Amino acid sequence: MKIHKYDTVIVGAGGAGMRAAIESTKRSRTAVLTKLYPTRSHTGAAQGGMAAALANVEEDNWEWHTFDTVKGGDYLVDQDAAEILAKEAIDAVLDLEKMGLPFNRTPQGTIDQRRFGGHSRNHGEAPVRRSCYAADRTGHMILQTLYQNCVKEGVEFFNEFYVLDQLITEVDGVRKSAGVVAYELATGEIHVFQAKSVIYASGGTGKFFKVTSNAHTLTGDGQAACYRRGLPLEDMEFFQFHPTGIWRMGILLTEGARGEGGILRNKDGERFMEKYAPVMKDLASRDVVSRSIYTEIREGRGCGPEGDHVYLDLTHLPPEQLDAKLPDITEFARTYLGIEPYTDPIPIQPTAHYAMGGIPTNVEGEVLADNTTVVPGLYAAGEVACVSVHGANRLGTNSLLDINVFGKRAGIAAAEYSAKADWVELPENPAAFVEEQVERLRNSTGGERVAELRRELQETMDANVMVFRTEQTIKTAVEKIAELRARYKNVSVQDKGKRFNTDLLEAVELGNLLDLAEVMAVSALARKESRGGHYREDFPNRDDVNFMRHTMAYREVGADGTETVRLDYKPVVQTRYQPMERKY
Amino acid sequence: MATPTMDKVEAEAVSSPYITVTFRIRRFNPEISDAAVWEDFQIEIDPKERVLDGLHKIKWDVDGSLTFRRSCAHGICGSDAMRINGKNRLACKTLIKDINPDKPITIEAIKGLTVLKDLVVDMEPFFQAYRDVMPFLVTKGNEPTRERLQSAEDRERFDDTTKCILCAACTSSCPVFWNDGQYFGPAAIVNAHRFIFDSRDEAGEQRLEILNDKDGVWRCRTTFNCTDACPRGIEVTKAIQEVKRALITRRF
Repeated sequence: MKIHKYDTVIVGAGGAGMRAAIESTKRSRTAVLTKLYPTRSHTGAAQGGMAAALANVEEDNWEWHTFDTVKGGDYLVDQDAAEILAKEAIDAVLDLEKMGLPFNRTPQGTIDQRRFGGHSRNHGEAPVRRSCYAADRTGHMILQTLYQNCVKEGVEFFNEFYVLDQLITEVDGVRKSAGVVAYELATGEIHVFQAKSVIYASGGTGKFFKVTSNAHTLTGDGQAACYRRGLPLEDMEFFQFHPTGIWRMGILLTEGARGEGGILRNKDGERFMEKYAPVMKDLASRDVVSRSIYTEIREGRGCGPEGDHVYLDLTHLPPEQLDAKLPDITEFARTYLGIEPYTDPIPIQPTAHYAMGGIPTNVEGEVLADNTTVVPGLYAAGEVACVSVHGANRLGTNSLLDINVFGKRAGIAAAEYSAKADWVELPENPAAFVEEQVERLRNSTGGERVAELRRELQETMDANVMVFRTEQTIKTAVEKIAELRARYKNVSVQDKGKRFNTDLLEAVELGNLLDLAEVMAVSALARKESRGGHYREDFPNRDDVNFMRHTMAYREVGADGTETVRLDYKPVVQTRYQPMERKY
Repeated sequence: MATPTMDKVEAEAVSSPYITVTFRIRRFNPEISDAAVWEDFQIEIDPKERVLDGLHKIKWDVDGSLTFRRSCAHGICGSDAMRINGKNRLACKTLIKDINPDKPITIEAIKGLTVLKDLVVDMEPFFQAYRDVMPFLVTKGNEPTRERLQSAEDRERFDDTTKCILCAACTSSCPVFWNDGQYFGPAAIVNAHRFIFDSRDEAGEQRLEILNDKDGVWRCRTTFNCTDACPRGIEVTKAIQEVKRALITRRF
């Protein structure tokens, strides 16, 4: 075991982690621990754009953007946070441009903007051009630009280091962050990083679903590490299903395709979104579009012999426009489906895409231990966190925005905290939990296989807690997850070595997914209403009287060692907008 | 809407013709042996699936010790460049049907970088060469309050080289790099090109000097392996030629 000492440790090197690192490295001695090489992070897969009311191509302002964000999140958004997001969006985009990001340009040479789902002029009148973009590879450009600037700033990376535990020490009755424990993939060695502040920026949890746009590596490691140490997870029942994933594969096809004029059609060729969202049509918010697609499929208007998908039709758009604005997604259709999008519609289905919930933070990125108490020295930003700017449903282009605004805020706040805080002593045997976990998995002779348990988990999640949920389906999922968690105790790996043991780490990741799937299902079962991405067929309406509140889930361990999820609730911050019925 | 022509594709998907394919994989694990060996695996796979899906079938159902890097699985993250049937490709962007599944499919680590285990290589020298070309925007003077202006044409000038995902497929397909690891390699030059031809950048001269080095662009022998290998379709050799020309004319 090796011990390292840094002022600030950042866990994860996607957009939020690197944006934080650029700020934090200037102000404090910083280490970035990342399980992937930074440029492998899933920020790079984001396509359509980053919202900011620059008003470069038409009238717009941050107040309209705030409203759209609050409405898009079905009023579960904390409105003070949404206002910060929308206001600071403008500088966040300009910062990236100054760092070198090659945005598409207007004829005047300013940053070009395009339409995106749920973004509107004057509180819902009509779609507005708010998304700043670089073709359909905006996330790629953000990830590359941030990495380039990390190189420029000399950010210190520990690549292929898996953070497996959060260290917390109680000082005078206050639980403080003391550092993290990481596993080095290349050698199997365990490293303890003592740090005055720790920022989690480790991304989402999408791999508990089968059809997902998420990378294999998005296994909720940061959320699980905090949850296991008794910290809450907020709003985990809210998961976004992006309307246009490639049929059966789940690979993302940007909403920008519809922003450019693409149309969703059922087997009769009907533009069905006109029925569900008369004003915004195909550019309604994602939860609305995904439900509409599944309604079409359930009512027998799906395409193909099994009627299990619909079409994204781009055939009426000029090939030059597709080449210039949507080059990557048209190539995906050609590569993975053998379809020519110039002439043929693309078969799509909703795909599990984004966790609105996560580690609760305030607007400075400080992690909360309950509804109000901050954990000194602990921060989170990006998809791993829940501020909450996305509420019950995130708007497209608000996640690339979130990672930049709150990544920067967390980086500054954590480094400033490191500059004035004292070192927190490490707990006794700081690596004990990870050593025990790794050795148990390595030496286990149990009969359960990681891949089989993961397959069963993904199948039950897709079948039971996806776009449509009922008490019965969620209970089925809860029971199945409990069974899988019991079987997980008998899981074994074949690779017993130390060097690049990805077999072992997949087992660790599965454990994280199982913990988080349980939190999600239990949270969903208790929320007896429909709001944003959480749709209960048995409670089809939003219930502001009983459920205008955030879910806070805690891990409870009984005297006999049994683990349960305890739920509590936290009020929503409302400032200027009173909840209204949500129509697009 | 254009007449849907999905029927053919969908009919094929429904019948799902699984076939048996042999993956012949170059295995190496110094914890077990100093020698690398070829190992054959027979798998059942739909020819429309990816080579990466095949590798997962082996890892998840047959031999958990098979080791490779992967993440996004659709050609964006650049983790899974490997040598498939002797050609550098991304495993997640190569469909079984496109590489003649009748014969064994050979899969080995990319060349020119030290193999650490199975298909995993040491990427550090590759990233070091990238860092050495100053891969970031350099500007002088005061920052504007709004964005810097750039015409659509100026933006287009370096569009091709912004697509790079740093997968190393190009660099590790280059015979010059195989013989001399000191050569910057195509990927580093591509990333220098991305800034040299960006109208906002003011460090083109410095980058050109770096690439004027004995291990710089002049080592390129225009074999076009890099262009063939690039999974993003970047015209790598052309970019290298443009850097050479800029060095001669000092115009960019």
